[in-house]
Formats: sequence, structure tokens, C-alpha cells
Amino acid sequence: MSLRSPLGRVLGLGSAKAGAGHWWAQRVTAVALVPLGLWFLISLLALPAIDEGTVRAWLASPASALFACLLVGVLGYHALLGVSVVVEDYVHAPGLRIASLLGLRFGFALAGAAALLAILKVALGH
Amino acid sequence: MAEFRLPANSRIRKDGKTFAAPAGAKQVRTFRIYRFDPESGENPRIDTYEVDVESCGPMVLDALIKIKNEIDPTLTFRRSCREGICGSCAMNIDGKNGLACVTACADVKGDVRIYPLPHMPVIKDLVPDLTNFYAQYASVKPWLQTRTPAPPDGERLQSKADQEKVDRPSACILCACCSTSCPSYWWNSDRYLGPAALLAAYRWIVDSRDEATGERLDELEDPFRLYRCHTIMNCAEACPKDLNPARAIGEIKRLLAQRQH
Repeated sequence: MSLRSPLGRVLGLGSAKAGAGHWWAQRVTAVALVPLGLWFLISLLALPAIDEGTVRAWLASPASALFACLLVGVLGYHALLGVSVVVEDYVHAPGLRIASLLGLRFGFALAGAAALLAILKVALGH
Repeated sequence: MAEFRLPANSRIRKDGKTFAAPAGAKQVRTFRIYRFDPESGENPRIDTYEVDVESCGPMVLDALIKIKNEIDPTLTFRRSCREGICGSCAMNIDGKNGLACVTACADVKGDVRIYPLPHMPVIKDLVPDLTNFYAQYASVKPWLQTRTPAPPDGERLQSKADQEKVDRPSACILCACCSTSCPSYWWNSDRYLGPAALLAAYRWIVDSRDEATGERLDELEDPFRLYRCHTIMNCAEACPKDLNPARAIGEIKRLLAQRQH
């Protein structure tokens, strides 16, 4: 049992003076995902067929590759922000919390880099 | 982890007592009420009271007082003003947080189920421990802070339009219905201030006479104190005074973005 005063416990380590940046980034990426997501859906629907050759040919054009890279980056960042909040909400054990947040960042970085590499390989024809 | 299951010593026993209606009762309603006495060492239970509402006032608080006076004096709950302004009789009635004194029994279908405010430590029966809640309110410094000395010959003036901005938020009675209806507050009440304290903070942030707006925003800009609000809106739904803490929190977030861009 802690003998610290209730107000002392509430004040804790003080304000982190952070959070507005996270909030802003979440909204900027959400807004950016509207045109990027629409572009991705419409482009796929407009393809004559969804087979490897057709999709490769579409993705090889510079505009498609550019927007696909943007989509991967923005979607990944937006998702990382959101999933991190879920972990902060529910995972309270300090060790597990840090491990989860680290794992998320490494996992998203790996998946994002792999997706970008795949797009570039197709776009640059290797 | 967040607690999704009650701790072992908080799980409800199945052997609650039943107090049958007296002979000759005209209109019987059943009240199923959470009972917990920490001194007994026993787990909580649900007691069932059959009340003749014909000889009782219309509100849930009237029924609780009748039960305490006439059926079971051990039933413990807070109450004071019986007209929705003190906030003492906040509890969970029929699955919704509200004030027992302004909730009509007739508005509840079937048995009237009454529990203490959710996810708070229980002192006894329907009495939750609000120590942390009050400390969070105190932490936002809910008083006027200025650098300009007060005019020597009168009060600090405020336009009618500016007064109207604080009119609604200052109607909060600190009953805790909103904060204890918020899932984010359930999981993180040790660090998240909750809708009631944030509404109180907002009440001073928008007050045109206050000169500590920047310091107040500084103190709130925190991933937990403020940004644990995920706009679930249970607070606005629960408020017995029809206030909207969710909108106030949204406004605080907007002001924090505004001073950066």
C-alpha cells in the first residue's frame, strides 16, 4: 500500500508534453489514405485481368510505382500509430509493453521495407 | 494487462438473499441490488427486494430509501439532495450510469438492477471509492488563475458571449457517471484523467478571464492524461446533466493542434 497522497499519484511523472504530434500525424495520414486508397482500388478494378503479367505491367509504370510506394508508407505508418495505441491501452506490464511496442515497430519496418523493395523490383525491371 | 474479468474476491456469489413483498402489496416491482461488505470477508452478492411501489415515490432513489427504511437497514448508498444537483446517488441502474434520484422506476423494464458505478473500488454496497476521481479533478487546478490583478473597484468582467462558453461546462456536478462509463477510463484511470476532469479543465481553458490557458494546455498534452480519449462518447450518453465531455475533449485536442500550426 502506497502512502503517497492521491494528488501526488495523479500528478505522477508530470505531463509528457507530447501527443499532439501523434494526433496530427494520425489525421494527416488518414486524409492522405482517402485519395491513395481510392486510386489503388480504381486502378485494380480498371485492369482487364488480375493476373501476374497484367499487374506487373501496370505496376511497372512510374506513376503506379510512385503511388504504390506512397500507399505502403502512409498505410504502414497510419496502422503503426493505431496499433501502438491499442498496445498502450491494454498492455500494462512494463516489460511486455516495451517488448510489444518494439516488436510492432520492427515488424512494420520489415513488412514496409519488403513491400517497397518488391514494388521497386517490378518497377525497375529486375 | 487490462482487467477483463473481475478479481477473484469481487466475483458475485449466487446465494443472494430474497426479501419477499409484504402481504397485501398492490403493485410489486423487483429490485436486484449489488451487496458487498468488505468487513464480512465474503464476496459480493445480489440481493432481491420485492417492493410495493404503490406506497413509494416514483424514482429509483425513493425505492432505495424505502428499502433501507422498511426492509433492510444494512443497504448502503450515498444520497443527499434528491433533485439531481449534488451528484451523490450516481450508480449503475439497468446497465446505465445515472442518478437514482432522477431515474424513474417506470422507465426501467422488468427487474430494476442496481450496481455501483463500474470499475471503481467498492467501499460498501453502492458506495464507490472516488478518491482518485477527486484527485484528478484537483490536478487540473479548477480555479481562476490570473496575472493581472483584480480591478480594485469591482469584479473581473466578461462579455455575455464569453460567459455562455463556460455556462454548460460549469454545470458539471462531479457525479462521476461519465468517467466510470468510459472504457478508456476503466483500463487506464491511473494515468488518463477521464471525461469529468477534462471537462473541468476545458471549463477554465475557455474562460476568457483565465490567464493560464497555455499552462493548462501544457499540463494536458500527454499521451495518457488527454489522448487516451478515443471518442467513444459513452460520457455524453451517460451524463445526467446532458453535458458533452467528449466535445470538450475534442476542443482541447483542437486547441493543442492549433497552437502548433
